[in-house]
Amino acid sequence: MAELKDIKEGTEEKEYQTLNLGPTHPATHGIFQNVLKMDGEIIVEAESTIGYIHRAFEKIAERRPYYQITTLTDRMNYCSSPINNMGWHMTVEKLLDVKLPKRVEYMRVIIMELSRIADHVICNSVIGVDTGAMTGFLYIFQQRELIYEIFEAICGARLTTNIGRIGGFERDFSPEVWEKINRFIDGFPKALKEFENLLVRNRIFMDRTINCGPITAEKALSYGFTGPNLRAAGVDYDVRVMNPYSSYEDFEFTIPLGTQGDTYDRFMVREEEMWQSISIIRQALDKLKKEPKDVYHAEVPEFYLPPKEDVYNNMEALIYHFKIVMGESDVPVGEVYHAVEGGNGELGFYLISDGGRAPFRLHFRRPCFIYYQAYTEMIKGAFLSDAILTMSSMNVIAGELDA
Amino acid sequence: MEWGDIIYKSILVVCVFSVSLLVAMYSTYAERKIAAFLQDRLGPNRAGPFGILQPVADGVKMFMKEEIIPDVSNKALFIIGPSVAMFTACMTGVVIPWGTELVIGGKHYPLQVTDVNIGILYLFGVVSIGVYGIMIGGWASNNKYSLLGAIRASSQMISYELAMGLSIVALIMMTGTLSVREIAAQQVGWHWNVLYQPFGCLLFMICAFAETNRAPFDLPECETELVGGYHTEYSSMKLGFYLFAEYINMFISSAVIATLYFGGYNMPFIGRWVHDPNWMAILGTVFFFCKIFFFIFLFMWVRWTLPRFRYDQLMNLGWKILIPLALLHVAATGVVMWLTGQIH
Repeated sequence: MAELKDIKEGTEEKEYQTLNLGPTHPATHGIFQNVLKMDGEIIVEAESTIGYIHRAFEKIAERRPYYQITTLTDRMNYCSSPINNMGWHMTVEKLLDVKLPKRVEYMRVIIMELSRIADHVICNSVIGVDTGAMTGFLYIFQQRELIYEIFEAICGARLTTNIGRIGGFERDFSPEVWEKINRFIDGFPKALKEFENLLVRNRIFMDRTINCGPITAEKALSYGFTGPNLRAAGVDYDVRVMNPYSSYEDFEFTIPLGTQGDTYDRFMVREEEMWQSISIIRQALDKLKKEPKDVYHAEVPEFYLPPKEDVYNNMEALIYHFKIVMGESDVPVGEVYHAVEGGNGELGFYLISDGGRAPFRLHFRRPCFIYYQAYTEMIKGAFLSDAILTMSSMNVIAGELDA
Repeated sequence: MEWGDIIYKSILVVCVFSVSLLVAMYSTYAERKIAAFLQDRLGPNRAGPFGILQPVADGVKMFMKEEIIPDVSNKALFIIGPSVAMFTACMTGVVIPWGTELVIGGKHYPLQVTDVNIGILYLFGVVSIGVYGIMIGGWASNNKYSLLGAIRASSQMISYELAMGLSIVALIMMTGTLSVREIAAQQVGWHWNVLYQPFGCLLFMICAFAETNRAPFDLPECETELVGGYHTEYSSMKLGFYLFAEYINMFISSAVIATLYFGGYNMPFIGRWVHDPNWMAILGTVFFFCKIFFFIFLFMWVRWTLPRFRYDQLMNLGWKILIPLALLHVAATGVVMWLTGQIH
């Protein structure tokens, strides 16, 4: 206890309390632990623990044939699994040196941009929830539902999609899918506009988010930030532009940038990226009209499963089918790195192949893992409320953090 | 006091009590339906037609749930906390004039449980005790999140009570009475206080939001930061009491706002068509409840529209903006009254 004399002279020792923010806390959904040293409501020191849902994906991947690794990538950033799936497919295609038809690449762009919208919708609406505005979240979530219906119509799954195959898609999009995409593209801008009206110029929201969890460009770069979090700090790095994949070079879009790197900037960057994604999808739909119909995969019989009729009636197809399913297709020896612009940053796949049925080594460059390193530093000296908001605005997804 | 009076007062007390509980009960339903409406959802629609039995189902659920009292808690205080919250919430209804008066057999029966001549002070006093329920509950839980919630609640209450009191001071200067009934009676016709003191009304309403812990001032129980705030450790009907007390407080706050600033039970122009005093009283009560329901709707509308403040922003708003403004308002009211010759 502090003595009265000490308090008068200002020499009393401060008493801090330790607060366990998580893992069982609504904002940390059971997987992040932060041990905070609190001075009232202010965080003096913080220490974070990771690994609560570590599933050793990189090690599991060393025992699995290539096509089975797709399901592992699903479970990393589960808010935008299709991007992870496509990223992995593209990595293997890079290793195999497969060239995809333009139509397939544009279809992939549509799916990836849809999942980027789904990812940003979650992140931005959860920023709203963490500031106490529930309505934006529940309202805009309907739109994510529509995106999931599109995924469902394409591949049958919603969250962990396992969408597409190495070399293209498992089947052509049905007319229903195109109709759903068009309907979504028509309806979404209106809903997004309403969502923005609710928050963007809201005084309370601005007071809460501006200067909340800021990070400078230098610090962000030195930690290895990518994606919206880096762009919010003012660095114009986007894998889609810097290192285009899947024909992103054919599209016109701008990369929104922030200046302060705070929560408000991250929010605004994501908002603008959603608008850009809509424009990219529109362009892709236009471009697809000029491409030949019914092309939905590249000609890679060693890796792309043949249709069932052929398997029963054609010897080559039967052999390929057997080899693919058993994971016995020959893979070149090599080393590739392929990165895609994931929902929340550069999602990289570093693959070393020794020619065996499974990768010799596969490393996922997971942006969330990198963001979370900076988290404790970003929340030091902030309010408890800011800490929660900072975490949700960085969009740290547990599955990707721990992998 | 005669037997007739005692019976009449008892009936009135039971009526006020049960109406408060009923309104609070259906406020939970209204809250969910209004939230659903604002968020483009359906809301509760399983229990009974349009889900109107939902509050009953919730109540039964609350009673049936296992009651957990943490081992490390202070058990007596843990139980006292929600009781105090509920008790004070139910006590505030007595000074509200729910209508004019019924005349039965030549006797006058005012529709108010008691007309204490310091009604407003009574209201303030009881509402202030209400925060003890939250503080005691939060402290007795022996949980850091509860404690943070309780600290937030108490500091918020203290800060906003000042501004609220000051906004009322200006009103009392104008009305010249502390009796709620007289204030209501003065606003006959269109002489609603909100027309004379719109700014004071705004201040009072902002503070009422803060006093009832409703969004955007719902920091004490903000679920994303403090898990459940002061009621993190509570379960079953004790939790129900806290939640219920909040809804009763909202109902009473709406009633107070309606009484002090929006004419209470007064209905402009009603005298043209209705002359029977009993009908006047009943229609006045109905109209009063319409006003109350409008303010309850306003409470919910705001909750589902605005984000919440941060702790320091809340304090800044209270101490650096609302209290100086309220002081200015008091001074301005005095100056205007002096200029218009109401005081010398």
